[in-house]
Amino acid sequence: MEYFIQQLINGLTLGSIYGLVAIGYTMVYGIIGMINFAHGDIFMLGGFAALIVFLIATSFFAGIPIALLLLLMLLVGMLMTGLWNWTIERVAYRPLRGSFRLAPLITAIGMSIVLSNFIQVTQGPRNKPIPPLVTDVFHIGDITISLKQVLIVIITAVLLFAFWYIVNKTPLGRAQRATEQDRKMAALLGVDVDRTISITFIMGAALAAVAGAMYLMYYGVASFNDGFIPGVKAFTAAVLGGIGSLPGAVFGGLLIGLIESLWSAYFSIAYKDVATFAILAFVLIFKPTGILGRPEVEKV
Amino acid sequence: MTASTETGHPNVLAKAVREGLFAGVIAFFMFLLFVGIETYQDINNTLVWRTRWGLLAVFVAVAAVGRFLTVGFIKPHIDRRKLAKAKSGVLEISENKSFFHRHFLKIALIFLVLYPFLSLMIVGKQGSLKYVDNFGIQILIYVMLAWGLNIVVGLAGLLDLGYVAFYAVGAYSYALLSSYFGFSFWLLLPMSGILAALWGIILGFPVLRLRGDYLAIVTLAFGEIIRLVLINWTDVTKGTFGISGIAKASFFGIWSFDSGTTNNFVKAWGLSASSVYYKVFLFYVILALCMLTAYVTIRLRRMPIGRAWEALREDEIACRSLGINTVTTKLTAFATGAMFGGFAGAFFATRQGFVSPESFVFLESAVILAIVVLGGMGSLTGIAIAAVVMVGGTEVLREMAFLKVVFGPDFTPELYRMLLFGLAMIIVMLFKPRGFVGSREPTAFLKERKAVSGSFTKEGHG
Repeated sequence: MEYFIQQLINGLTLGSIYGLVAIGYTMVYGIIGMINFAHGDIFMLGGFAALIVFLIATSFFAGIPIALLLLLMLLVGMLMTGLWNWTIERVAYRPLRGSFRLAPLITAIGMSIVLSNFIQVTQGPRNKPIPPLVTDVFHIGDITISLKQVLIVIITAVLLFAFWYIVNKTPLGRAQRATEQDRKMAALLGVDVDRTISITFIMGAALAAVAGAMYLMYYGVASFNDGFIPGVKAFTAAVLGGIGSLPGAVFGGLLIGLIESLWSAYFSIAYKDVATFAILAFVLIFKPTGILGRPEVEKV
Repeated sequence: MTASTETGHPNVLAKAVREGLFAGVIAFFMFLLFVGIETYQDINNTLVWRTRWGLLAVFVAVAAVGRFLTVGFIKPHIDRRKLAKAKSGVLEISENKSFFHRHFLKIALIFLVLYPFLSLMIVGKQGSLKYVDNFGIQILIYVMLAWGLNIVVGLAGLLDLGYVAFYAVGAYSYALLSSYFGFSFWLLLPMSGILAALWGIILGFPVLRLRGDYLAIVTLAFGEIIRLVLINWTDVTKGTFGISGIAKASFFGIWSFDSGTTNNFVKAWGLSASSVYYKVFLFYVILALCMLTAYVTIRLRRMPIGRAWEALREDEIACRSLGINTVTTKLTAFATGAMFGGFAGAFFATRQGFVSPESFVFLESAVILAIVVLGGMGSLTGIAIAAVVMVGGTEVLREMAFLKVVFGPDFTPELYRMLLFGLAMIIVMLFKPRGFVGSREPTAFLKERKAVSGSFTKEGHG
């Protein structure tokens, strides 16, 4: 039982990270209907930004408090990736918005290749390890919970709340939902559609950056090709939950995290990704638009 | 509006300067951390950093100047050309084509048949190894893969992000069956294709109910599953070590290319020993396989099944109303595409003599899909051109030793290969969203065959 709960906690931590990245996929998909393949690499950029901030901050201020350091890593990472994603949308996606569906998909795949190779060229191909940031551990009975796991879950919960508030309670969120439902009508009613889409990209990137920084804190290592596997898993999470649905993305992320940790605990670590993808295919056979997705209406 | 599009107009220049400065500022902040700071491990293996302000300045300058030139000169120039074109009233697809244009296919085919001999004549045996193998065979493998995927994506309109899975199935089918049972290449080539097609059906059957991007992610997942199984099923596939020593193809069993055998090709013809003969032979094998793919694609398009694929791409609901069984139609497209992927895989295995899961990553699927879309979906010529440009271009980059003179001896063009490939994908898409070849030849027509613009064909919703 303790073992099960332990795995549940591990899965929850991992799932939080996937969920945060999945929101970026699902929002972009919802608002402009494209798979933003470069989103996984934005997550990787967020991790690298956090890594570089960590190095600079610790070399200038040796005794910097951990909380301040973490905050700095998160904030700089969010600003950095927000700027990157804004630029990427402007340069590679916006000119193709009226074009056919596969064109932005191809530029997104191209962007993903460019971003990971850009980091490989500028920062080197080797793994970048950092010393552990947060080492405290709690014991409840036989279960061990590390402080970093608690931090990850809390930060995710706070961000999700803030995000839910923005989307549901603010004029910006209203504009986003309107643009998602009908871009042309929203534009006619005075919503600045371009600006709304840009902000959506920035918000998605900021969440991915937080996930990237927490991934770095959790595993203590960053690499240029970190974007692909977590990116694909987060995208799987978004599809599993029903792409376009925000609660679906979080739910899918948690589900994928749990499947992964429970499968590696009880079956085999080697096949954990196979299990994840197989469950995705299995769920989609029975619910073709994901668990919480709206059924697709076919129009002639 | 016309006045402001003139180059050199103060408004345009002022705007260009403004935009250029803005781009510079944006680029400064974007690259500040990733280019301005370099992280590396010191002797103690701890991570440290140093600054690279010079390189950062170069990046910022390139962004600013690039944006300035685009806004100030390139964009007005393109606008003027478009305006002139619109005014002249000539349709984009004109009937008057040059001699080269009209006979492009024949010229290209003759060139391909003569290519190994030309290469042997010009650069000799040793030099030909590179030109026949790295350029010829490599590009033709991608042409074949892209033509195979074109059946799925271009004709039937199903977005497949895991095409490399079928390539892997073909390659491993050949590698395993030939090393465990010793079957020959000519027996296993069709078998690999059939096995890949079978996998296409196994995958397709449950998931073809899905539409659009849901199908895309499931095919991606399937590609990853195949790769992960190949890595982890070490008893059979030897995992990441891969399978080496795969048998070479023989000349239809008459002559062998293995040295030391009695019916060795080189001995039988009394030639001096060189591996170039085998490469030339392989070149013709893959060329024949490509031609087979093209022939089957062209013929199928005129058969009811091909018409059904294209109808499915244009409008799925209309198809169903007209009594087309969409599931079997999609399945045949999937299986046919997979079969050609399997052929290409078997060929790849015999050419390399070695297969490992490394060769079948998602990036390969992305590259093949990119070639299909960049070439213009559905256009065989366009796809072949895209394969030559994209694959040939990155191969050329390997050869650019002279760049070392420009950028110093530490410069390795290899590193920038995929970076440039990605950039090329983006730039081509931005300028030609419909691909290199923007026109399609319809198979059904009234009186005369007229090319239609690619923008009239749909891409399907899966």
